[in-house]
Amino acid sequence: MNTDRVLTGRHFMQGNIACAEGALAAGCTFMAGYPITPASEISERMASRLPALRGENGVFIQMEDEISSLAAVIGASWTGAKSMTATSGPGISLMLEHVGYAVGTETPCVIVNVQRGGPTTGIPSVELQGDLIQAGHGSHGEYRIIAVAPSSPQEMFDHTVLAFNLAEKYRTPVFVLADSFVGHMREEVVIPDASGIEIADRVISPGGYNQETDQGFLSVDVAPMPIFGRGFRSHVTSSCHTETGKRNVTDATALDNFIRKLCGKIEKNRDDIVIVDDATNDADIAMVAYGTVFRAAREAVGAARDAGISADTFRPVTVWPFPDREIHELSRRVKAILVLENNLGQMLHFVRSVAECPVHFLEPEVLGTLHDIDRIVAKLKDIAP
Amino acid sequence: MKPTHPLHKYMRPSAIRTANCPGCGNGILTQAILRAIDEEGLDMDDFVFVSGIGCAAWIPSPLFLADTLHTTHGRPIAFATGVKLAKPDRRVMVISGDGDLLAIGGNHFIHAARRNIDMTVVCVNNGIYGMTGGQVAPTTPIGLRTMTSPYGNIENDFDISGLATAAGATYVARWTVIQTRQITKSVRKALEHRGFSFIEVVSHCPVQFGRKTGMGSSTQMLDWLKEISVTATKASGMTPAELEGKIVVGEFVDIDKPVLDVELERMRRDAQGGDDAEN
Repeated sequence: MNTDRVLTGRHFMQGNIACAEGALAAGCTFMAGYPITPASEISERMASRLPALRGENGVFIQMEDEISSLAAVIGASWTGAKSMTATSGPGISLMLEHVGYAVGTETPCVIVNVQRGGPTTGIPSVELQGDLIQAGHGSHGEYRIIAVAPSSPQEMFDHTVLAFNLAEKYRTPVFVLADSFVGHMREEVVIPDASGIEIADRVISPGGYNQETDQGFLSVDVAPMPIFGRGFRSHVTSSCHTETGKRNVTDATALDNFIRKLCGKIEKNRDDIVIVDDATNDADIAMVAYGTVFRAAREAVGAARDAGISADTFRPVTVWPFPDREIHELSRRVKAILVLENNLGQMLHFVRSVAECPVHFLEPEVLGTLHDIDRIVAKLKDIAP
Repeated sequence: MKPTHPLHKYMRPSAIRTANCPGCGNGILTQAILRAIDEEGLDMDDFVFVSGIGCAAWIPSPLFLADTLHTTHGRPIAFATGVKLAKPDRRVMVISGDGDLLAIGGNHFIHAARRNIDMTVVCVNNGIYGMTGGQVAPTTPIGLRTMTSPYGNIENDFDISGLATAAGATYVARWTVIQTRQITKSVRKALEHRGFSFIEVVSHCPVQFGRKTGMGSSTQMLDWLKEISVTATKASGMTPAELEGKIVVGEFVDIDKPVLDVELERMRRDAQGGDDAEN
């Protein structure tokens, strides 16, 4: 096994493997996971790679379930380790309580969801974009979260690096919202030199941190993290707490502050977080698509042009926070929006809530398959102004 | 100078009151744990304390002046597993209740014991869900009337020390809160032990258990715990009928097995020594 952290070079690589390599390139030292199709290759790769990292203390542990996997990831992150887990829909459903825990305790970590067909156990090896709203709003209570949606093996690498950087920068869990197409797809993946990969590290509380008086939590500017093992004597609780981490479960104004600061941290920095890939220029119709469906939308651009229709793509790279302002602005430039998703309409409703132009929707003819290009063009003809 | 309790230095200054009811056994256990740490000459900065949800989970958080992680219901051992593996030079102690560790969290408990991960787990077994108002637990004695077993508990109860032993824990002891010196001694032994050490502390809950069952005040319940405690040595010569309604106390397991973080370190050395690079 290679003992290098960054496998610089050009590879023909599976998306899930590229995800694992992206995590390593980003500085991940801890992974806990539980086997599940179609995400297991990420755990398998990390089980092989993490302990072998030269001169490092890499840890992979296969836990007894997904609940404990994310719990262990959060525990490890509090010691300062860049930590991750990877699973699919059923595993995410089990993890959701701890997604909220990581949000509430401001614990950086990366959660990869290689989506499969659901509801329930569904079909493990068929992809569906069924977990979009779950990623944004699945845990109970009021919160904001970050999720990125890769559409190629290369992006499984790039977006996993991005997810770690965002997690570290904003002290928050970040989802990589992949799917079984992109997870199992093999394509060229170019891994740059380590020096060419931008890495963000969390800000740690300075020496002399006083747990009674210093701010370790609840800053919209992201409080330095009073990690364990440095004599900070940090009090970490997921219960409603103050800026020093002290529990307050009797006062509604404390809850109000708790929620507003956690959400405000993401909202204040949303311009730095939100990434969109806008190719619409002066097109009449914008095709809004993310993840693997973006590939079909991009393929349809040329065919539409041949049919005399001016349409191009607008891709949310970060699906959470939802790029509301960008889509609102888009809706004032184009004559119509066509939302393409591999579900019966999830992002659709968020697009409709901000768009000023007509918004149309197209799912694949058979859910769990890619959109047929001719079908996209036919729909574009239908809605063309 | 204002005189303070000799163990006060281990308490978080802002934690000026406990969440526990008057007469609760948690105060006795809190002191026994801190005394053990003090007698072992350890520093609170050597520790990360992890707890779940329930009355006992409020012992380390917020009381202990140390790194404390207060987690979700049932999962403290899973969080603690991540802490220990990522930071093996720290001592990890989980303090939580029977509902937390053995009902909702039973799976994590048996797997941590199986892995022989180096941590100390102290379980306060009061036989009831105290914090939520006195509902039946997997440790509630058969026949007992609680808020959710109004006609009497019809389920068998867990022998949780037996479960820990069967799952592979390498140090197991059980005491009741009336045996304070023995608890301290066992916590010290657990701290000296490498591997998964488990101490079951049978406690009384005068408010939720005592009131509903008519067992009387805190001190009456402590007398009752004393009366029904039988040492493991004595119990070995008793018949099942004689042991009916008794609590067997003592040290049940003290063995050595490969410890998870030591094995992980060995595996790492081997993996990093390999020279046939491939991807």
